[in-house]
Amino acid sequence: MTHDQCTLPTRGGCPTSTKELVIMKAKIINFLETTGFSWSVPMVKLASGENPREQLQELFSLLGLPVIAVVVFLVMWSGMAVQVNTSLGQLPGPAQVWQQATTLYDEHVAEGEKEAAFYQRQEVRNAKKLAKNPDATVKIRSYTGKPTYFDQILTSLLTVFTGFLMATIIAIPIGVACGLSDRLYGAVSPLIQVFKPISPLAWLPIVTMVVSAVYVSDDPMFEKAFITSAITVMLCSLWPTLINTAVGVASIDHDLMNVGRVIRLHWTAQVFKVALPAALPMIFTGLRISLGIGWMVLIAAEMLAQNPGLGKFVWDEFQNGSSDSLGRIMVAVLTIGIIGFILDWMMVTLQKLFSHDPTASIR
Amino acid sequence: MNALSNVVSQLSSRSSAKTISPDEATTASPTKEEMSEEKQVKERVYLEVSNTSIEFPTKQGPFKALDDVNLKISRGEFITLIGHSGCGKSTVLNIIAGLLQATEGGVILEGREVDEPGPDRAVVFQNHSLFPWLTVYQNVELAVKQVFKGKKNKAEMVEWIEHNLELVHMSHALHKRPSEISGGMKQRVGIARALAMQPKVLLMDEPFGALDALTRAHLQDSLMEIQKETHNTVVMITHDVDEAVLLSDRIVMMTNGPAATIGEILEVELARPRNRVELADDSQYNHYRAEVLKFLYERQRKPDESAA
Ligand SMILES: Nc1ncnc2c1ncn2[C@@H]1O[C@H](COP(=O)(O)OP(=O)(O)O)[C@@H](O)[C@H]1O
Ligand SMILES: [Mg+2]
Repeated sequence: MTHDQCTLPTRGGCPTSTKELVIMKAKIINFLETTGFSWSVPMVKLASGENPREQLQELFSLLGLPVIAVVVFLVMWSGMAVQVNTSLGQLPGPAQVWQQATTLYDEHVAEGEKEAAFYQRQEVRNAKKLAKNPDATVKIRSYTGKPTYFDQILTSLLTVFTGFLMATIIAIPIGVACGLSDRLYGAVSPLIQVFKPISPLAWLPIVTMVVSAVYVSDDPMFEKAFITSAITVMLCSLWPTLINTAVGVASIDHDLMNVGRVIRLHWTAQVFKVALPAALPMIFTGLRISLGIGWMVLIAAEMLAQNPGLGKFVWDEFQNGSSDSLGRIMVAVLTIGIIGFILDWMMVTLQKLFSHDPTASIR
Repeated sequence: MNALSNVVSQLSSRSSAKTISPDEATTASPTKEEMSEEKQVKERVYLEVSNTSIEFPTKQGPFKALDDVNLKISRGEFITLIGHSGCGKSTVLNIIAGLLQATEGGVILEGREVDEPGPDRAVVFQNHSLFPWLTVYQNVELAVKQVFKGKKNKAEMVEWIEHNLELVHMSHALHKRPSEISGGMKQRVGIARALAMQPKVLLMDEPFGALDALTRAHLQDSLMEIQKETHNTVVMITHDVDEAVLLSDRIVMMTNGPAATIGEILEVELARPRNRVELADDSQYNHYRAEVLKFLYERQRKPDESAA
């Protein structure tokens, strides 16, 4: 090993000491592994000159094999798509879907330009008006163009996070309480078991009616459809977090709680300094499942509640029925999948960060 | 002293006046000499487990785990509890700790009855029970902050935490998490946390039970070293005969459950400091060892073992 040469503390010596490099490499690898980029670890090792043959093999199994699987899938998809004829024309293959994706992106850019132009025109008009008569009141209207595909994605994300956040705020305290008290858990357990399997589609009509009845305001801050979708998401993504939190708190090592009793922690400290941190890994497992469910539920809710978002986009395209529709729907389907994947990746990273056992493998 | 007699009378009334011994009852007015002698005895008793029984409610009805356990411990004494697994050693310890409530009788520490857990009876648990999300330092800090709130200032607390971790030779890993250190080290930190509470009694439930023989020997030596400095009153559970003889002033041997109680108490009069290598050849040491083994394997042989 080369870093042995650097053990003597010479004054100016070893500016880029190999030891530092080794530590940095270990840090980079650790970071990549926690963030789920373990497939790029062999590249780092390769760059630092570690046994190339072994690393290339590793790289092949981590990166090469998945790429091959994707290619095989795309080939099969395009091969089969040409054999299916629908009332809207041939089922689109990967090429057509890609084309639709670029079209959607172009539309987004065009809409952005239109919007910029609108505001510019408005500004020019107002400036002229003010030049003529400095006391004139100028109106500033906001642009009311059609939401583009990317606007829809943003709306969907906003809705799912709102619902998820509400669910979290409700589920964790109840979960902790249930975990601490067997009696309380026994009491609410039947309710949880009954509400848990209810489909979002069943909740939606009720939620819609309740929101219409309760959420009345002349100048609503949020659209009703948005509230309805968010609440539906909340109702469905409540349960995994609640149950996991309860189980996590209930299964805390008894001796950990006893340590708290021996040092006479106040019960609030017992909850916040012992129970919650101890249950955190389980809570994050629950949160991860909740967010996954929330995202699935959201698309269905948006379709029915007509909340602007990916679900509505799919529904509108379906109703639209142009020759491009199927391609655009497929773009949406893939987008939903990729966003779901990214959300899950975020939660896994958090889960790893809060895990007490760094050696545990989280999938 | 008044408080003690109060508690004793309370206790005895609770356990149907069984504690009042006949000669005590007949002695109408003790002479002055007897008084002072009695006082001396009482002063020597620092911790007392008095007529303690416990029943656990189970689905098959109440299960009497301990029956009439009596134990008097002096200040600075090192006591080990030994007995077959499941006989009720942990239950005794948990009653002293206040984590379990005795059905009958109770525990008196420095003349006061104790019925809830507290830092004056610090516990070292078998599986270290460190908080995995805190570092070594923070684990001890949590206890110190809680116990010395308003009694020590910040600098004093830091010094006290570091001092206790130094005692168990863990200063090199202050900022490591429990998952990053070995089992023996975790147990050291557990001991440091308990010592840092400055307890009147240190309670240890098979603290070295999960460790390999070499690590266990290291920790036993560390514990004897610490004991030489701190002179703590210790009640320790073990299932290791050598450990018991090496460390104890007295070995308390428990009978098998259910309704377990104290079978015999063995005084270990070996000079300190004790050295395990020298003792291995010592006839007195081997005699004590044989005594404990005889108790465990002849008189208290496990029922299923005698059947086999
Ligand atoms: N909470 C409890 N409920 C019912 N039975 C218990 C409980 N705690 C301990 N016991 C019983 O009491 C006996 C003594 O247990 P314990 O003190 O843990 O034994 P030891 O520590 O000597 O191995 C065992 O038979 C055990 O099953
Ligand atoms: Mg035990």
